Amino acid sequence: MKVTLKIWRQPDAQAQGAMRTYELDGVSTDMSFLEMLDVLNEDLIAKGEDPVAFDSDCREGICGMCGLMINGQAHGPEVTTTCQLHMRSFKDGDEIVIEPWRADAFPVVKDLVVDRGAFDRMIQAGGFISVNTGSAPEAHSVPVPRDDAIRAFNVATCIGCGACVAACPNGSASLFMGAKITHLGELPQGQPERDSRVVGMVSQHDAEGFGGCTNIGECTAACPKEIPLDVISQLNRDLQTALRHGH
Amino acid sequence: MTDMPDTTLTSDPSHDAPGEPADDAAGYYTPGDPIRDTKAPEGPISERWQTRKFEARLVNPSNRRKLDVIIVGTGLAGGAAAATLGEAGYNVKSFCYQDSPRRAHSIAAQGGINAAKNYKEDGDSVHRLFYDTVKGGDYRSRESNVYRLAEVSTNIIDQCVAQGVPFAREYGGLLDNRSFGGVQVSRTFYARGQTGQQLLIGAYQAMERQVAAGTVEQFTRHEMLELIVVDGKARGIIARDLVTGEIETHLADVVVLASGGYGNVFFLSTNAMGSNVTASWRAHRKGAYMANPCYTQIHPTCIPVTGTHQSKLTLMSESLRNDGRIWVPKKQSDCEKDPRDIPEEDRDYYLERIYPSFGNLVPRDIASRAAKNVCDEGRGVGPAVDGVRRGVYLDFSAAIERLGRDGIEEKYDNLFDMYARITGENPYEVPMRIYPAVHYVMGGLWVDYDLQSTIPGLFVTGEANFSDHGANRLGASALMQGLADGYFVLPHTIRDYLADGPFEKIDENHPAVVEARKSVEDRVAHFLNTQGTRSVDSYHRELGNIMWEYCGMERTEDGLKKAIDLIRTLKDDFWRNVKVLGTADTLNQSLEKAGRVADFLELGELMCIDALNRRESCGGHFRAESQTEDGEALRHDDQFAYVAAWEFAGDGEAPVLHKEDLAYTAIEMKQRSYK
Repeated sequence: MKVTLKIWRQPDAQAQGAMRTYELDGVSTDMSFLEMLDVLNEDLIAKGEDPVAFDSDCREGICGMCGLMINGQAHGPEVTTTCQLHMRSFKDGDEIVIEPWRADAFPVVKDLVVDRGAFDRMIQAGGFISVNTGSAPEAHSVPVPRDDAIRAFNVATCIGCGACVAACPNGSASLFMGAKITHLGELPQGQPERDSRVVGMVSQHDAEGFGGCTNIGECTAACPKEIPLDVISQLNRDLQTALRHGH
Repeated sequence: MTDMPDTTLTSDPSHDAPGEPADDAAGYYTPGDPIRDTKAPEGPISERWQTRKFEARLVNPSNRRKLDVIIVGTGLAGGAAAATLGEAGYNVKSFCYQDSPRRAHSIAAQGGINAAKNYKEDGDSVHRLFYDTVKGGDYRSRESNVYRLAEVSTNIIDQCVAQGVPFAREYGGLLDNRSFGGVQVSRTFYARGQTGQQLLIGAYQAMERQVAAGTVEQFTRHEMLELIVVDGKARGIIARDLVTGEIETHLADVVVLASGGYGNVFFLSTNAMGSNVTASWRAHRKGAYMANPCYTQIHPTCIPVTGTHQSKLTLMSESLRNDGRIWVPKKQSDCEKDPRDIPEEDRDYYLERIYPSFGNLVPRDIASRAAKNVCDEGRGVGPAVDGVRRGVYLDFSAAIERLGRDGIEEKYDNLFDMYARITGENPYEVPMRIYPAVHYVMGGLWVDYDLQSTIPGLFVTGEANFSDHGANRLGASALMQGLADGYFVLPHTIRDYLADGPFEKIDENHPAVVEARKSVEDRVAHFLNTQGTRSVDSYHRELGNIMWEYCGMERTEDGLKKAIDLIRTLKDDFWRNVKVLGTADTLNQSLEKAGRVADFLELGELMCIDALNRRESCGGHFRAESQTEDGEALRHDDQFAYVAAWEFAGDGEAPVLHKEDLAYTAIEMKQRSYK
């Protein structure tokens, strides 16, 4: 099939970007979305034009490196990562608009590549349990109720792709943050640092320029791992508690 | 999978006469002196690690902050090491090519992590895990290393639980286990189908905590392009900032490579797009020996290739073989039919037919090769790519009848969803199609018991080294090895080396530093100035085709020699005719790939030479010349019970082969049989 691609091209962080239009023929429905872009890039190289820069690594939906706004939707029309989206979700003759994540806290590096370093810095601000290597107690010394473990796991599946931020009209990273707060907060091992964790992460979140949450819910709709919206309630509850404790 | 009986074959019905010296690779290599692991202590195997830990010298805490450690790679092996060495107080610099340490490809491991906890009280022990791993590796790994791996496995689970890794649990709140590939005990800890992700996030968070504490400095979107060796010691790296293009010099007292495996030499593999051999290969060219490079693990249950646009392959958990039945049509003329219209009597359940006792649960290498054979016969299914149908059915209809659709959903729903998303077919209604794909490499840089390479001050951990899996890795053991190396082995052994430091400061103008830097700059300039006609990917794809055809599931003397010729021709063309657009001072993904493919071309040739030299079949390495009358792999312990450690001898020069003899004192060598 044949598609018309409108792609954001921006040579580097400082340069002014613009949408460019490309026609691509011979697209197979079995191709993944990123393989379609690989084919476009091979065409561009053959013509002597700079290929489109985009991020991807595992291409199996788990590393979180890929992420594009496709026709205005983070990761496109399916509930999955960009790398797992396939061209059978599109029709012959479709026009597809491809942009990078749009958020102040994720500056564009080049074309469709953005800088998500803010997520690392939020984890540095408290998204961990302080336990030095070798100092851990026997694994069975602390039982964890099965339901708590399942809840912790479900939200720990966050891949840090940033779709939640890109989808949010406020550019908030509350879903990302709530997922980490809930993951560690559900487990007995996470309790000693529960207050300092939420305060640290929220402060860093705000310092990075992410917006506030106004319960719109676009984040959870765009999340390829279906992190539920109630992690943000947990986040707010934990923050209240920490502040009450005098943090 | 269940365990395989040990059957020691008394006769030797292979094509080769027993004991006959074989030197297929004569002319392709230069024989070198034997090599020996001088660090493994003597004494009972169960005491060696304790002995080494005690004998390894200590570094005073106040001296640690004067010692600089570079770690390349942030997967389980690199991330865990960065966290642990940071906690200990060393100055750590951590490098990864991705935009965050959390992206490293350890994240994609699905199944689980082995540990000899014996929580099921089913007879597991350190010794049994050790035994299973040596046997699974087809008696081509080093006993001392494997024993240590089994020994520290239990500490890993304790550490990860304390970090908040949400392992699966039973109703009583204790940890759940399942059994996995080739063993009879339940010792695999797991977090649904995302164990690698959860373990990596644990290591990543521990590392980020050290970044906040100021002991670890992280360099993301940086790629190591050269090793700096001064007076015979590894003293730093040259790295390229992938965003600004700046070529940077980073000096240190010690360098750790935790840069993963090189399965992408096959172009199509289950590795991440960026996984590459460059860090290891640059070190190899500077004097680090490469061990057993031909040992490749090919996983039988991957989604088949659909066309020439294919960029990577996706693995589906091996657990599917517990309930799915594998078949192809008996007649070629049926291969295009809807499988549901092919009656039972026209189906060939070839694994059940050839291996009646293990059936669909034969080990990975056997299942993979059998799939290749039926497709080579023209009985493959699915779309034809380059004229051949490369796929076999994995059919759940019997299991759905037996367990109901609900029963199958409960067990495999996420895998069925993934399959449906990628193929557009509903596996509840139409049989899945699968085909083997390159998944893991057992080969890697040679290291001694301390995980130190043949370059003093260069340590290698995780998949990047060769040490623990012999010729075949058992399921759920890659995660175990990565974390064992990173958390519990390297931090002890590296201190013995660092006890002599801090080493004399070196200047950025030191001739060795200038030379390393210049070689990187020259290479970058060469790629951009060549202005040839072929894209980097087209070379990579062609190399992958050569490797898959001649150095894949089945290797022959003639095929390997042909591959070496083809690779040499391709390499020459690559250096003269590659087309890399853009500039060096921005994000330039074609330029990044060009450097990686240049190194894959050299590695591919060495893999073929290694495979040519090893005229035996062992684990993932199958030489058609060395098989039993039944077509099974046949080892030649009298000739090949050694690690092949290859020394780089210069461009265009034959590599030098150093042999490390493998001695088995705790376990008796036996031939595998699965009939």
